[in-house]
Amino acid sequence: MNSSERKVGIVSCSGEGCVEGTVSRVATRLVLEKYRPSNTVTICLPLFLAGGTEERAFATEHSTITVDGCEKLCAKIGTERHSGKVTSALVVTRLTGKTHQTPCSGRRWSDKDLNLSEKVAKQIAKEVDKILNSGGN
Amino acid sequence: MKSSQRAKVIVIPCSGIGKPLGSVSREAVYELIENARRQVTDTICLALLIRGDKEALQVVQNNKCITIDGCPMQCAKKNLEHVSGNLVASYRAVDVLKKHRNLKPKSVTFLDQDGKKLAVALAAEVATKVDEILGR
Repeated sequence: MNSSERKVGIVSCSGEGCVEGTVSRVATRLVLEKYRPSNTVTICLPLFLAGGTEERAFATEHSTITVDGCEKLCAKIGTERHSGKVTSALVVTRLTGKTHQTPCSGRRWSDKDLNLSEKVAKQIAKEVDKILNSGGN
Repeated sequence: MKSSQRAKVIVIPCSGIGKPLGSVSREAVYELIENARRQVTDTICLALLIRGDKEALQVVQNNKCITIDGCPMQCAKKNLEHVSGNLVASYRAVDVLKKHRNLKPKSVTFLDQDGKKLAVALAAEVATKVDEILGR
């Protein structure tokens, strides 16, 4: 399988309770649509419980990167509990060094928020490249 | 959610990340908690329930909850039922879409105008249920 056929899984927390959850969600979408569209796939985190065996096999079939908004690490812990061990785990607050801890939709999205999402997306893309270059699936 | 906010109705979206209607469900929740019913509703990360966070479990078990799902998989509803949350109503964005066939949301990352209009329509339906639950 060549690198353009390999798919790395990305699972975002999508946390509604803090702005960093929205950042992790937007960053994940940016990687899927803009930075590594040919080499990435995603799955809704809640599908691990609501779906069937096919959904729960996601992290065993793909090298998987989780993207969490905060230190609760819901995406990482949820993925490992219901699907399989993750290859890499990113946390937005570790990249920013602070947390807002307030809900925020994309409606009040500022350039600063978008820049942060771009920064996180580029970090995810680097992790994708590392996995692909190491021969992961 | 803060302890001082315990009387609020908890509204939980699926936040599906693969399709526009997941984003619509998420946006509908923000429309409710930030605008339409900001004093009487709140939300909680669905992912916290999947993680098994004890504080989050208490919140959904001790408060009336409404789920809003984007697709027929109904992840929010199923996850809430899985943790024995106090589910009093559930909605699907796809059902509201059927009532507004002129709207065709296409984008996922940031909703387009049709997606935003659908989210407001969905939030209006849920707001009526919130009022009913609270006896307003």
